[in-house]
Amino acid sequence: MASHLFCGRVNLNILREAARKDLREFLDKCSGSKAIVWDEYLTGPFGLIAQYSLLKEHEVEKMFTLKAGRIPSAAVKNIVFFVRPRLELMDIIAENVASEDKLQPRDVHILFVPRRSLLCEQRLKEKGVLNSFTNIDEYILDLIPYDGDLLSMESESSFRECYLENDQTSLYHAAKGLMNLQALYGTIPQIFGKGECARHVANMMLRMKREFAGSQTQILPVFDTLLLLDRNVDLLTPLATQLTYEGLIDEIFGITNGYVKLPPEKFAQKKQGEGGKELPTEPKKLQLNSAEELYAEIRDKNFNAVGAALSKKAKIISAAFEERHNAKTVGEIKQFVSQLPHMQAARSSLANHTSIAELIKDITTDSWLYFILCNMVRNAHLNMPDVFSQTALLSCVSASEDFFDSLTVEQEFMTGVDTDKVSTYIEDCIAQKDPLIKILRLVCMQSVCNNGLKQKVLDYYKKEILQTYGYKHILTLKNLEKVGLLKPQSTMRNNYPTIRKTLKLWMEDANEQNPNDISYVYSGYAPLSVRLTQVLARPGWRSIEEVLKMLPGPHFEERQQVPTGLHKKRQPGENRTTLVFFLGGVTYAEIAALRFLSNMEDSGTEYIIAATKLINGTSWIKSLMDSPEENLP
Amino acid sequence: MAFVTANWNPLGDAFYRKIELYEMGWNLKDGLRDCLVAAAPYGGPIALLKAHNRCSPSARPQLEIFSSSGLPLASFPWKSGVVKQLGWTVSDDLLCVQEDGTVLVYDLLGGFKRHFSMGNEVSQSQVLETKIFHSPYGTGVAILTGALRFTLATNIDDIKLRRLPEVPGLQGAPSCWAVLTQDRQSKVLVANGSHLFVLDNTACTPVTPPGLSPQASSIVHMCVSFSYKYLALLTDSGHVWMGTSNLKFVLLLFSCRCRRPKSQQPSAVVMWDGLLLVVGECKETIQYHLDDDSILVPELDGVRIISGTHHELLQEVPGACEEIFKIASMAPGALLLEAHKEYEAASFGKCFLSNFPPEQFVSMCRDLRVLNAVRDYTVGIPLSHTQFKQMTIQVLIDRLVYRKLYPLAIEVCRYLKTPEYQGVSRVLKYWACYKVCVCVYLFTPLLYSNILYFVLFLQLLFNKVALNLSKLTPYCMPSCMLVYTVVMYLKNELNRGDFFMMLRNQPVALSLYKQFCKHQEQDTLKDLFNQDDDHEELGNFYVKASYKEQRLEARIAHLQSAVDEYYKAKNEFSAKTTEDEMRLLRFQRKLEEEKGEQLVGFSLHDTMTTLLSVGLHKHAEQLYKDFRVPDKRFWWLRLKALAEKEDWEELEKFSKSKKSPIGYLPFVEVCIKHHNKYEARKYVSKVTLEQKVKAHLAVGDVEGAAEAAIERRNESEIGTVLSRCSATTDHLLVERLNRAKATVAKK
Repeated sequence: MASHLFCGRVNLNILREAARKDLREFLDKCSGSKAIVWDEYLTGPFGLIAQYSLLKEHEVEKMFTLKAGRIPSAAVKNIVFFVRPRLELMDIIAENVASEDKLQPRDVHILFVPRRSLLCEQRLKEKGVLNSFTNIDEYILDLIPYDGDLLSMESESSFRECYLENDQTSLYHAAKGLMNLQALYGTIPQIFGKGECARHVANMMLRMKREFAGSQTQILPVFDTLLLLDRNVDLLTPLATQLTYEGLIDEIFGITNGYVKLPPEKFAQKKQGEGGKELPTEPKKLQLNSAEELYAEIRDKNFNAVGAALSKKAKIISAAFEERHNAKTVGEIKQFVSQLPHMQAARSSLANHTSIAELIKDITTDSWLYFILCNMVRNAHLNMPDVFSQTALLSCVSASEDFFDSLTVEQEFMTGVDTDKVSTYIEDCIAQKDPLIKILRLVCMQSVCNNGLKQKVLDYYKKEILQTYGYKHILTLKNLEKVGLLKPQSTMRNNYPTIRKTLKLWMEDANEQNPNDISYVYSGYAPLSVRLTQVLARPGWRSIEEVLKMLPGPHFEERQQVPTGLHKKRQPGENRTTLVFFLGGVTYAEIAALRFLSNMEDSGTEYIIAATKLINGTSWIKSLMDSPEENLP
Repeated sequence: MAFVTANWNPLGDAFYRKIELYEMGWNLKDGLRDCLVAAAPYGGPIALLKAHNRCSPSARPQLEIFSSSGLPLASFPWKSGVVKQLGWTVSDDLLCVQEDGTVLVYDLLGGFKRHFSMGNEVSQSQVLETKIFHSPYGTGVAILTGALRFTLATNIDDIKLRRLPEVPGLQGAPSCWAVLTQDRQSKVLVANGSHLFVLDNTACTPVTPPGLSPQASSIVHMCVSFSYKYLALLTDSGHVWMGTSNLKFVLLLFSCRCRRPKSQQPSAVVMWDGLLLVVGECKETIQYHLDDDSILVPELDGVRIISGTHHELLQEVPGACEEIFKIASMAPGALLLEAHKEYEAASFGKCFLSNFPPEQFVSMCRDLRVLNAVRDYTVGIPLSHTQFKQMTIQVLIDRLVYRKLYPLAIEVCRYLKTPEYQGVSRVLKYWACYKVCVCVYLFTPLLYSNILYFVLFLQLLFNKVALNLSKLTPYCMPSCMLVYTVVMYLKNELNRGDFFMMLRNQPVALSLYKQFCKHQEQDTLKDLFNQDDDHEELGNFYVKASYKEQRLEARIAHLQSAVDEYYKAKNEFSAKTTEDEMRLLRFQRKLEEEKGEQLVGFSLHDTMTTLLSVGLHKHAEQLYKDFRVPDKRFWWLRLKALAEKEDWEELEKFSKSKKSPIGYLPFVEVCIKHHNKYEARKYVSKVTLEQKVKAHLAVGDVEGAAEAAIERRNESEIGTVLSRCSATTDHLLVERLNRAKATVAKK
């Protein structure tokens, strides 16, 4: 069920089990049959912890979404609310509870995730329903195991809260989560960090550690190092379009809580003799994690290398199926049959990913490989939809060119070409009223790569955006300025070129097929955050002191005392394990880059990644937008 | 070890022992002579007050409070009236009963808490004698007034005064009296000469203890056991009568000459000047000699003897000790002790007892460790295990908290694994209250680790403690919930002005409060910005407000306010932009009224598109000029609007009107987008050389594209064209392109 969590260097299933135990305990507190009323936002993160089967084992018979009015009727003994501590949700709950049938009273419980809030309880009290609750509890869900080497807090707005609204709650939860992690995996002896928030989290951790001094866990440390990185140290990376397979899936379709929803057309099961079958209208929902062998293999490849990988896989599978002709004896046939389920799973996995790759291809570029691949797949007698009609190709031309042009401009910015002038491409995009977020991503990128725009250029962009997309976006622009994504050039010299050169952020000859450097994840651009991580492991930050000073926020190193007897004795050749925590979010491409570093033969370090949220440029910019009309009734 | 039994004295079947608890740390000049002394049970504190010197009433005696080990806890001159009696409450508060019936309550560290009166009748007739007693309802005070009447309060925390009925025939002060708790009622037992009366709420009942003849002699002393189960009476004929406190059963009748009895369980301790006598059921006695003036403090399982220099415990040797240490004992404990001496292993043999659950052993070891810790000289709470079990860990922790021994209390909680909310959290709560002087209820919902932050935060808020702010700030922003809690509390406590001023110095609290207001109290938000002269934010506030308005006038009014604020903030760009917005709104409304087109709320761009699509070119033109829309964008706009209308003729005219600032590739692309290849081709020739390949490809003219690419000798363009050729149909073209590519590459 959670096999994806076992495969990493660190067994993150321990964490998941701990979370499940807490959940079971709470559910058992409300004895008897129950219905859960969900704050919709929580269903995704909870899905990573427990499936419906677990809830069912603990007598959860019905599930509803929290909404105003009455709770739909259900013959259960308990009603349990699973909610975030938000005041607006309390009002809804109060309404729900107030309209409960007085004649047939049910026990009502509330579970706050991740923390109880006095403010909310007070609100319930004001509404006169606080005493109706049998249990008021909290379910601490800070770090959720997402994959074998990946933890996420799934906290959507933490970047906005920290950098825009000065609300550091999510940092507190991050620190708490790290304490919890240390309770399960031992004290992390070394802490490095860069940025204000990183400093803050480290301070809180050290403080909490002092508070819990008595209850130190006697566990051999699993992690050697913790690296805390502020997102605002590297504002550039999320703005760039990710070019790994997983990154592109996220950029184009969006991955939420480990699931992606895809347009259904390409997944239609075509059976022979049923030509005119209706196309499904429901989006196809797929879970993406390393439990799927093929996906684990290709997720972190540059998209240009995915085709080759898929075709190779197709060959292997078709060869495996051919084996059946060689199976002569009963024993051989039996062996073949025993492998069938695995092969069939692999085959359907291959079919899925070929379809996704096609979808992406439509939007990105077309290449020979693609055609080769499709031929391969056909030869493998797989159920592949036939989409290579001339019209389909034609219609995707313009889309792919858009993508290509935009990528070209991004790469120009990142290499420092013409970052100080108004970009014709951006101008044209605005004139054609391309999606606002695309524009904002590009403008922000230009600003970051130029360490601020000339006042005239900045004002021009702003005016263009406001005239085209509406004056209401003035608030969004102000937000972007507040967090430093957009800024007027100060008198200081543009230090981006220095940073780029010192950290080798641009690699001219990025090898996408057989990468030898992390820059392959953006086809040339090496994510700054990951470079910092790489340099920290070898040769150390001292070598880049100058650059570190140019980046915002302090950098620091802390050591935590590990009880004697728990000092790790490293075997020669044994890798160090580093936990990299991205405060403010991490992109799939960065994860891919870190995995690449882990797998490098001489790296000497393996990375586990944690983040407040998995983000991409679009979701990130969206979280910073302010559109007042949303508040309209 | 060898002498454990040396001070054991047999009394009937049992043994008694007197062990020294402490050598007293106090340094009393005159010992306990002429002092009012009160020692709290369960090893509690001791209060001392020199008796009033009637001769010089102006001299102020010193009230001193010590721990059981004689360490000073508090000392202050007594400034109020004449104290008749000192006593301790169950929660370690000191009660000082004055002559006039006023009772002053102090905490154990000498802090004045409150006072209360025992009623008018008492204050008029003055206090003759008083007794402080404990019952299941709390601590009570009983007073015998000068009018020879008894007044009783059972619980000083919830004072209900009861005046007991008169005792018949009472002429002067009774020879002795005591308070009993029976049948959930406090009663007074009074001896007047040889007559014994029980006073309850309603009646005065004469009683006769069985076995004690009423004529025998007058009763001079009486004492009730700690548990209220037994009573001891001493007559002037030197008889000790011991029985159950309901006077139904007699346990012992013994004659001796003595003065002050304290009774306990089925044995009584009688003390007079230099002699202490333990009287048992078996009519045997043990005698101890006392060197000094002493007082006796009854405990659950013994009597503490406090003198000017020593503090001792006299108790029946507990069964467990007896089993272990009794000479020739073969009890398991004794055998284990032998084994321990032999092998020096503390928990010898435990590992061989697989069937015996170790919990008992472990918890006993823990208890003993805690008892040793609190018995330590510096803490001074000597408790026996029986007492500890009776008082419960909760109460012990409270006692530590009253003494402000917070770290020890926390250690004990952790060590005994007390649940957090009863243990560590509770201690921290009190600590927090003590630190910031805020009432405790505020802390109730908080988890303990949060309390620490909270206290630091409050300290900052109140500036109660001079702290290095910069050092603390990073720790004081743990979660918005905490900060909210404080902020909401203070919001109700302080007036608005002070509240805002306070917030001003707390950036974190302020930003969180702003968040809260953003969702809940928009107007407060405005006030906050106003107070800070934050014109930029005020401007933003008005902009937001404008979008909430349905009516255009109100919207424009808000925007005007925003403009004013932006100017004050010297943010020209925002001010100008907002003015533009107002201008646009007015224009849109005017046109809506004139032309009936739905426009209000559209962006400038969309407004122009709409105008162009319905043919209002002039008005679009006007906006283009008024808002200084760049040429390029306006061309794009017109291009797209015309294509949308499929007005190809007009489009062509437009393309020729003057030289396009956006080039002609957009014309090609827009036509293709509208599936008009024919029109698109018209513009291909006008496209600049750099974009020719793209233009040709867009209209599907691969050969044209190839031509252009070869002409431009551009490798990547040739590549692009190649990728668009199909190997089978464009065989020749592919060859040509490959050749060209080779040539280009050579250079």
